[in-house]
Amino acid sequence: MRLPRHAWAILPVAVLLGLVVLFAVGLRHDPRLVPSPLIGKPAPAFELRQLGTQTIHRRDDLLGRPVLVNFFASWCAACRDEHPLLMELSRRGVEIIGMDYKDTDADGERWLRLHGNPYRTVLADPEGRAGLDWGVYGVPETYVLDAQGIIVYKQIGPLDAQTWRDTIAPLLAAVPAQGR
Amino acid sequence: MIPELGHFALLAALAVALIQALVPMLGVWRREPRWMDVGASAAQGQFVLVLLAYLCLTWAFVERDWSVVYVAANSHSQLPLMYRISAVWGAHEGSMLLWMLMLTGWAAAVSVFSRSLPRDVRAQALAVLGFLSVGFLLFILLTSNPFDRHFPVPEDGRDLNPLLQDPGLVFHPPLLYMGYVGFSVAFAFAITALLSGRLDTAWARWTRPWTTAAWLCLTLGITLGSWWAYHELGWGGWWFWDPVENASFMPWLVGTALIHSLAVTEKRGLLKSWTVLLAIVAFALSLLGTFLVRSGVLVSVHAFATDPARGVFILSFLAVVLGIAFCLYAWRAPRFASEGELQLLSREGLLLLNNVFLVIAAAAVLIGTLYPLVVDAFKLGKISVGPPYFNAVFLPLTAPLAFLIGLASVVGWKQARGRDVLRRVRWPLAVALLAGLSLPWLLQRRFELIAAAGAFLALWTMVMACEEPWRRWRARRAAGLAQIPRAIWGMSLAHFGLGLWVLGVTFVSLYSIERDVRLGPGQGVELLGYRFALQKVEPYAGPNYDADRATVEVSRDGVRVAELQPEKRLYRAQRSVMTEASVDHNPLRDLYVALAEPLGGGEWALRIYVKPMMRLVWLGGVLMAVGGGLAASDRRYRLARAAVQRAAATDGVPA
Repeated sequence: MRLPRHAWAILPVAVLLGLVVLFAVGLRHDPRLVPSPLIGKPAPAFELRQLGTQTIHRRDDLLGRPVLVNFFASWCAACRDEHPLLMELSRRGVEIIGMDYKDTDADGERWLRLHGNPYRTVLADPEGRAGLDWGVYGVPETYVLDAQGIIVYKQIGPLDAQTWRDTIAPLLAAVPAQGR
Repeated sequence: MIPELGHFALLAALAVALIQALVPMLGVWRREPRWMDVGASAAQGQFVLVLLAYLCLTWAFVERDWSVVYVAANSHSQLPLMYRISAVWGAHEGSMLLWMLMLTGWAAAVSVFSRSLPRDVRAQALAVLGFLSVGFLLFILLTSNPFDRHFPVPEDGRDLNPLLQDPGLVFHPPLLYMGYVGFSVAFAFAITALLSGRLDTAWARWTRPWTTAAWLCLTLGITLGSWWAYHELGWGGWWFWDPVENASFMPWLVGTALIHSLAVTEKRGLLKSWTVLLAIVAFALSLLGTFLVRSGVLVSVHAFATDPARGVFILSFLAVVLGIAFCLYAWRAPRFASEGELQLLSREGLLLLNNVFLVIAAAAVLIGTLYPLVVDAFKLGKISVGPPYFNAVFLPLTAPLAFLIGLASVVGWKQARGRDVLRRVRWPLAVALLAGLSLPWLLQRRFELIAAAGAFLALWTMVMACEEPWRRWRARRAAGLAQIPRAIWGMSLAHFGLGLWVLGVTFVSLYSIERDVRLGPGQGVELLGYRFALQKVEPYAGPNYDADRATVEVSRDGVRVAELQPEKRLYRAQRSVMTEASVDHNPLRDLYVALAEPLGGGEWALRIYVKPMMRLVWLGGVLMAVGGGLAASDRRYRLARAAVQRAAATDGVPA
């Protein structure tokens, strides 16, 4: 089959069509609206070093009390946005586990030293493997786990005070805090 | 009352925009000159109405009208006046209004400055701009009205995001939008060319100054954004490859390509359909940028409140506008015949090559930005593309580009002879090589091959940017310089700026030094020959925040160089902590100190950087923009206008 001589001129329309379809699908997939497939399921297993050390932590270490698992990175500017809130939450005694996503230990530690460390434990995920298993889309993301390690909520993008007040705090209040 | 007045002005603007979109188009169709002329007055009227709406919103901010939802969410009674004014564009609704103000501003400018154009061209271009206005006004009125009220009225506002309380934010978004939206003019001219089927060198000459003007605003906006990130995000980075940054960078790359292909179209009548395509794509990428930022498809730093209704609206609008544009293109573009042959070793050949590199670079950025979305949409798993991808892809694409730029001024139009080119570049090449190789050692006492390569490319670009003025100086001395048209000065300056930028990027990327230190009052630390001594940390109260302010004295060989006062601020309304870095700079180095955490016992953790040539990155951007300004104000554009005004004056004499 020979293409007509001016077939190239149709190319831009075709590309546009493809992109529009992609965005339409992307919009339906709006990560803030459609719950992650992992919600209601146990958090994926992992085996990660604590930042700056060789101590290994596993998923089972998160059991027994509700926790927030927050994926962040030193290169992530949006993480600055939610950082004050995390600091505030940690002052109020909320246990937050930090996952330093696709980052070097040195950069992650420096970032925490500069801005303050809201995390009870910081785990290093330099290649983003755990992030992949957890379905991390981009940093920051925050998962709310109940005492059985079930993901009850996922926040994509910076956490804000309103979401905390209206959505996450009631969820945490609802889950029985075993082992306290 | 005032907010309602603003709302009403927007509604009126929508009505005027409808007239602007329809009547001139019908006029062209019916060959009715008076209908065609409606476009100009509609564009000016619409600008006045949107300006009125904008001023109403500003008034609500200045007067602290907390009954307006948007004002209450983004201001605070203690916010200084400057930030109350700039808070108008601190979040989604207001920045869309600013966007609209820019769009109508450009359309009004077109209506004023394009009197020299054929009547039907001007009418169609203004109608296209009117059509865009209709879309954006509907978007504001239907999904993001900044004038909505609420009850009960809160006692105080929630304050502007502290990240945005910086002088950089006062100018960054307006300039960026000026640039984004400015490409709508080139887009309107492109559609006009497609509609009328006329695309000649005159068309390219009309389009050029508008494109350059938009481009220079975008250049300044991006430069300022980078400067803002450096100061306000607090850890010395100046470019993050964040989706929103990419959204402004892609139109810049394509806009740069467009400026150069317009030059080819104007001078040689070649690359016509390519130029039209670039004009459409540059604006398409601006729209895409808006969509990405506003819809929440991509999560990023510039986390504007996202709302799916907005995403759906912008996506539909984008699909309609670009769908029509590209269909027109598919239908009409094959008719544009080139007026000659293209030789590779000629200025137009090299410009085409430059276009190819720029467009590939833009495509690479686009792919990197959208890839996570694609992977997610097709359920292939989730992935994120970080700075390593962009750096790896971008460097190999920009290096040949910098080399090509150097050749631009010595390779003539039509066809050049390799021997002549070689003869003219050998000395500059030798100078750039020698200086490039020695610069890393001279300045940093440490040789790195990549630094030498970067310095070579930078110097080559800079030396060659001076080549044309130098040649004219040698031929005719001052008279030769005086005869250089502004377009050439602009080109030389912009290319020189790019050279400086390359130099800055190379050195700051390879030779920056950073150190985290723990210091008590009276203690100091040595870094690259500079001694940083912490003198004291004192509490300090700002208008809407409380801060710890440190005083750090920097000295070299016992001589005091600078006194820096980094701060750690707690903004009262939002209870958020911000790090305000303090920087001392000269062209060769930045000394940057940020205050981290108190460690107890009066000791503090501090972060210290010495960044060589950081300023050159921004200076390069500013020079590029100034060059663009010179080129856009070239005499030949003004001459064309004056000639028509004279003609119009004689026509006006009654018989």
